[in-house]
Amino acid sequence: MKLSSILLASALVLAPMTAMAAGKTVGFSQIGSESGWRAAETTVTKQQAEERGVTLKFADAQQKQENQIKALRGFIAQGVDAIFLAPVVATGWDSVLEEAQDAEIPVILLDRKVDADPSLYMTAVTSDTVYEGEVAGNWLKDKMAGKDCRIVELQGTTGSSPAIDRKKGFEKAIADASNLEIVRSQTGDFTRAQGKVVMESFLKAEGAENICALYAHNDDMAVGAIQAIKEAGAKPGEDILVVAIDAVPDMHLAIANGEANATVELTPNMAGPAFDILDAYWKDGTMPEKWVQTESKLYTQDDDNNAIYEMKKSLGY
Amino acid sequence: MMKSPRLPLYMTMATFVLAYMLCIWEFPSMFSSRVVANLLTDNAFLGITAVGMTFVILTGGIDLSVGSVIAFTGVFLAVILRDTSIHPLVAFGMVLAITIAFGAAEGAIVHYLEMPAFIVTLAGMFLMRGLAYVLSTDSVPITHEFYDVLQSIYWKAPGGGRFRLIGGVMLLVFIGAMIVLHRTKFGKNVYALGGGVQTAQLMGVPIARTTILIYATSGGLAGLAGIVYSLYTSAGYSLSTVGVELDAIAAVVIGGTLLSGGTGFVAGTFFGILIMGLIQTYIVFDGTLSSWWTKIVIGVLLFTFIMLQKVLAWATTARRKPATEFAMRS
Repeated sequence: MKLSSILLASALVLAPMTAMAAGKTVGFSQIGSESGWRAAETTVTKQQAEERGVTLKFADAQQKQENQIKALRGFIAQGVDAIFLAPVVATGWDSVLEEAQDAEIPVILLDRKVDADPSLYMTAVTSDTVYEGEVAGNWLKDKMAGKDCRIVELQGTTGSSPAIDRKKGFEKAIADASNLEIVRSQTGDFTRAQGKVVMESFLKAEGAENICALYAHNDDMAVGAIQAIKEAGAKPGEDILVVAIDAVPDMHLAIANGEANATVELTPNMAGPAFDILDAYWKDGTMPEKWVQTESKLYTQDDDNNAIYEMKKSLGY
Repeated sequence: MMKSPRLPLYMTMATFVLAYMLCIWEFPSMFSSRVVANLLTDNAFLGITAVGMTFVILTGGIDLSVGSVIAFTGVFLAVILRDTSIHPLVAFGMVLAITIAFGAAEGAIVHYLEMPAFIVTLAGMFLMRGLAYVLSTDSVPITHEFYDVLQSIYWKAPGGGRFRLIGGVMLLVFIGAMIVLHRTKFGKNVYALGGGVQTAQLMGVPIARTTILIYATSGGLAGLAGIVYSLYTSAGYSLSTVGVELDAIAAVVIGGTLLSGGTGFVAGTFFGILIMGLIQTYIVFDGTLSSWWTKIVIGVLLFTFIMLQKVLAWATTARRKPATEFAMRS
């Protein structure tokens, strides 16, 4: 594996006309490693750079904006060919982005956007959190195919933008299906423990036999809820369908075990599309759209979830 | 008392020059106006804070509240400029008045209640951080056009480095502090107080006034650092600059100032700041090292400089006053 990627990298270096990115240097300012997903994003970015023969300069900001600004200025001083930025907050990037623009270094935002003039960065590669909710909703709609279904919903942290968007997307998807109804919806704070506690209260209030499906705004809450369903004597994945978002390794394992039904992936591979954009830009100056949406892939029991679990585990989730 | 109080300062300067040369040797592009300009711009708020910290530590005290004061200042400015039509300059004046008064209050408590500065300023740290959160938990952007004007003031050096206003403010603060410490009565009082309260009293130093002024200076400079930080990020955020007080203390100690007070120079602090900035720059240039190495290197440097100070102190006392020490023990 290692050898083949080195061979691939050297082949790319020798053929600069086919892959423009090879031999280039890209600086990546990452927020930190606060969550498993973030760690996986870092791993995937490093892998992507290695596969493409790009030298990646990586700077972990330890959750501090001043560290990110310093890292960006360092990249500019160094004269890197492009900069990836996963911004810790949305504000306060104007000056440093101007400096990058002045030095003619393209900046691509990963995973989050900033409150700066869009002309100051090349593009933002992020997922569409509303669409993620829609994918989950559509799956359930197709699965039920007109049969009545009482749904309980575990929301993310109240007021957080992914929670608002994932709720909106799901509701949008099921709006035209009168057979689907969200009967209870409460926050589980995106955590496993809260997911379990809130699901227990749902089960008590409604009775397991009266709930047909669970929609959780993230996998962690779903995994907690699965535990609660089992403890209530029902079969998760059969008696109560479970659909969630993120596609973390533990959810794949749950799907493989038949305890969950579907998950929508929030891909940690934001760098792949970003490198593709840079390739096109360096080849013939193609400018991307200001927002590039990553794929929100749906995983169900039809996929080989055991294999995906093994693969994802090594990414540092 | 020490034979060569300037020795630690020279050691710090030599360390910086040597380290910078090593960096350039490995990454020739680090020898550029950009890197120099970045060192000044990116460390401006920390440098200004560290000047205040140098004053406090010279008297044998400590000020743990500065990081929170910076965050409070930023949030205060952002909220004021968002919700009212007050001009930023007026807001700067207001926030400086608040932070100076806050520092003076800390100094008064330290002096009149004879409380350890550590605990008083720890309380101040929680108080200010809490106030920042009460004002706003979100990052509040600052969009006032006067900020744009201030941010657009820079001198673009050959090589692309931008020497911004805030870096200049830091340099002025350092120069001002040197003049105050070495050319004024207040400066003499600061050093005297660091030599011991009783000695200072015998020398006729106004202890109460000096102590209050010292903490007011530290509070005010933290407020100024907060203004600089808000210019740096165009926003106020209550979670920002957590732990900056510790970075400032580290810079002061690396700069050769004794934690027990009485000995040290603001110039040393300046090089302490530069060394810390250089380590971060090196790690970014390398691009493969974990950024946490910054902390490790600073930790090692701190140990080295503390040991050095101890050795120097021990060498001078062992040679000069064996009799006094003997007398004190018996």
